[in-house]
Amino acid sequence: MDPYVPLPYRVLATRKDTPDVVTLDLAPVGDSIPEPQPGQFTMLYVFGVGEAPISVSGAPVDGNPLVQTVRAVGAVSNAITRLRPGQEIGVRGPYGTAWPVESATGHDILFVAGGLGLAPLRPAIRHVLSNRDRYGRVSLLYGTRGPEDMLYRDELAEWRRMLDVEIEVTVDHADRTWRGTVGVVTKLIPRADFDPERTTAMVCGPEVMMRFSVLALQVAGLPFERTFLSLERAMKCGLGLCGRCQFGAHFVCQEGAVISYDRIAHIFTVREI
Amino acid sequence: MTTIRALPPGSAVLRLDGLQQLIAALAVRGYEIVGPVERDGAILYDRIASTADLPAGRTDRQEPGSYRLEPRADGALFAYAVGPHSWKRYLHRPNETLFKSRRVGEELVFDPPAGPPPRTAFLGVRPCELVAIFVQDRVLMEGHYVNTGYKARREATFLVVVNCGSPAATCFCTSMHTGPRATGGFDIALTELLADGRQEFLAEPGTDGGAALLAYLPTRPATEADWQAALAVTAQAVASIGRRMPPGNEIKAALQSNPEHARWDDVARRCLACANCTLVCPTCFCTTVEDRSDLDGQGAARVRRWDSCFTRDFSYVHGGAVRTQTRSRFRQWMTHKLAHWWDQFGTSGCVGCGRCIAWCPAGIDITVEAAAFTEGQNHGIT
Ligand SMILES: Cc1cc2nc3c(=O)[nH]c(=O)nc-3n(C[C@H](O)[C@H](O)[C@H](O)COP(=O)(O)OP(=O)(O)OC[C@H]3O[C@@H](n4cnc5c(N)ncnc54)[C@H](O)[C@@H]3O)c2cc1C
Ligand code: SF4
Ligand code: SF4
Ligand code: FES
Repeated sequence: MDPYVPLPYRVLATRKDTPDVVTLDLAPVGDSIPEPQPGQFTMLYVFGVGEAPISVSGAPVDGNPLVQTVRAVGAVSNAITRLRPGQEIGVRGPYGTAWPVESATGHDILFVAGGLGLAPLRPAIRHVLSNRDRYGRVSLLYGTRGPEDMLYRDELAEWRRMLDVEIEVTVDHADRTWRGTVGVVTKLIPRADFDPERTTAMVCGPEVMMRFSVLALQVAGLPFERTFLSLERAMKCGLGLCGRCQFGAHFVCQEGAVISYDRIAHIFTVREI
Repeated sequence: MTTIRALPPGSAVLRLDGLQQLIAALAVRGYEIVGPVERDGAILYDRIASTADLPAGRTDRQEPGSYRLEPRADGALFAYAVGPHSWKRYLHRPNETLFKSRRVGEELVFDPPAGPPPRTAFLGVRPCELVAIFVQDRVLMEGHYVNTGYKARREATFLVVVNCGSPAATCFCTSMHTGPRATGGFDIALTELLADGRQEFLAEPGTDGGAALLAYLPTRPATEADWQAALAVTAQAVASIGRRMPPGNEIKAALQSNPEHARWDDVARRCLACANCTLVCPTCFCTTVEDRSDLDGQGAARVRRWDSCFTRDFSYVHGGAVRTQTRSRFRQWMTHKLAHWWDQFGTSGCVGCGRCIAWCPAGIDITVEAAAFTEGQNHGIT
């Protein structure tokens, strides 16, 4: 089978997380894609419009649908967020690397999410929380622009009710109802409770946010090899064939999107690389 | 490159009529034949039906930023190097439909691409171009995922190499170890023997298919003297090549450790970001995808087409391009070709064909640019 040809999936349900973000539940019409690992992405095809790389935010296991969360920014993503239940979409994948949920066993876990970066982290968070006894201290630091931009509110509330997880949410701009922290998410890193000698950090968000996070984690004593980021680059195939996603010597679609910082530290701050 | 000293077994000598019969025999076996033709003042690759379509008595004069055909007194058929076309336009097509989709009610139906490609014989593949084909094989069909259209065409290809007798001033295959004589990987390799007024072709079989085809043609067995004549063609070609690329390991180290080198600013002032270099390059493989819809809105197609790292769109992610400046795009191109390619595919991404030098309107020379990075790095190697 040609790896560029998608499989038809049906939209089961859609949820509007924020004014411009929609989460879709998808189910295969016929054959399904292999089971995605936390951190992997798919290519979603909208009929006649095009394709976009979108992270899996919920894996289709235990009778659950394939869940993907999309922010409407351009032609394809707008078309995805306008899909209604019953309509069909093309899905191929899963592609890319996974969050190191296995090799992080026994470690303290620090999730740092900025904005939509919570979506690709969600499967890793769920994996860690449902295997809670296999990990040390677990913290999620989550920053959004404003309270109205928060994703997965119900689930966040549920996670907060778990006693052995530290959840810190901060917003750039608060409104009068906001009782939490105000400021960028990287400011929360020095206050988080983890032992840098045995911690794995998983960071996802806009590139500037990841730059500052890496710095803060470095100051906190976390080694580069245990700092993982999810990179975003232009992608036209997800297959290592189109060349578009190159970042230094790496094909982000193959060696990323999740990558440990030690492999990219030498180029991460080079402008326009 | 290791030179084969002994006459390869099964070698034969063809005359011009034998070459014609080679073309005819390939056609009888169902191959479409593509070879060099003169068109619009350049040697291009297109369908040919007979030796009469080949550019007789022509040679090319190439310099940074220029390419010109000139007449030759003899009727040599292959006395030129490479033009703006490369074989990639027949294997890694400039446009290719990936799939068509149809809307049937709410249902989406995907129709995979067209069936098997026609069998195609390439006549006149240069040694550096043969290596370029192997480089694209590595990228497009030997990795985890396969460009299935490329693979199908590649497997339906018969390769007739013509070793080089008249390299251009832009050629530097010797320092890339890719020419001017091919040592394997072809079905048949020809060397045009022109000394002392003769016009014959020494033909070496490289595969069973090549040997079988040669056996069917009017030939005479090659002698040691024919072999020496062929080696003399190569020796003369080697001697005429003046351009040189610094050693691959030196360039790789120099480029990967110097993303902020002043030379990037210097070359950016000359580069027009026109993308000519990537389009003529036989190894550049980058693509984009376009969506086309039928007028009635019920059918759509995804088409893959060549792209170039010199375009602004190439690195576009929502919010803007990553590489907005010519400096960073040139850096991407040259660093990918000469350095990252080794990490990704275990070879250089350059085969020394010189096309990007001749077809650069600003006359930018990749060997000179590379040397600017290795000079002063002093690795103790000369
Ligand atoms: C690994 C990975 C995971 C991702 N996960 C998610 C996710 O979970 N959720 C999510 O919402 N997003 C995610 N993204 C981002 C998402 O893929 C992009 O937002 C999406 O591709 C945008 O496509 P679009 O057509 O809607 O918008 P556009 O940004 O408009 O563009 C799409 C393409 O059109 C072309 N284009 C459009 N406008 C221009 C222009 N002005 N100039 C030049 N070219 C233009 C470009 O070639 C571009 O690649 C992810 C990206 C990656 C790489
Ligand atoms: S980079 Fe230039 S010289 Fe090297 S293979 Fe490409 S076109 Fe030929
Ligand atoms: S990135 Fe540039 S140099 Fe590399 S293959 Fe693509 S177009 Fe060619
Ligand atoms: S997205 Fe095409 S090579 Fe990575």
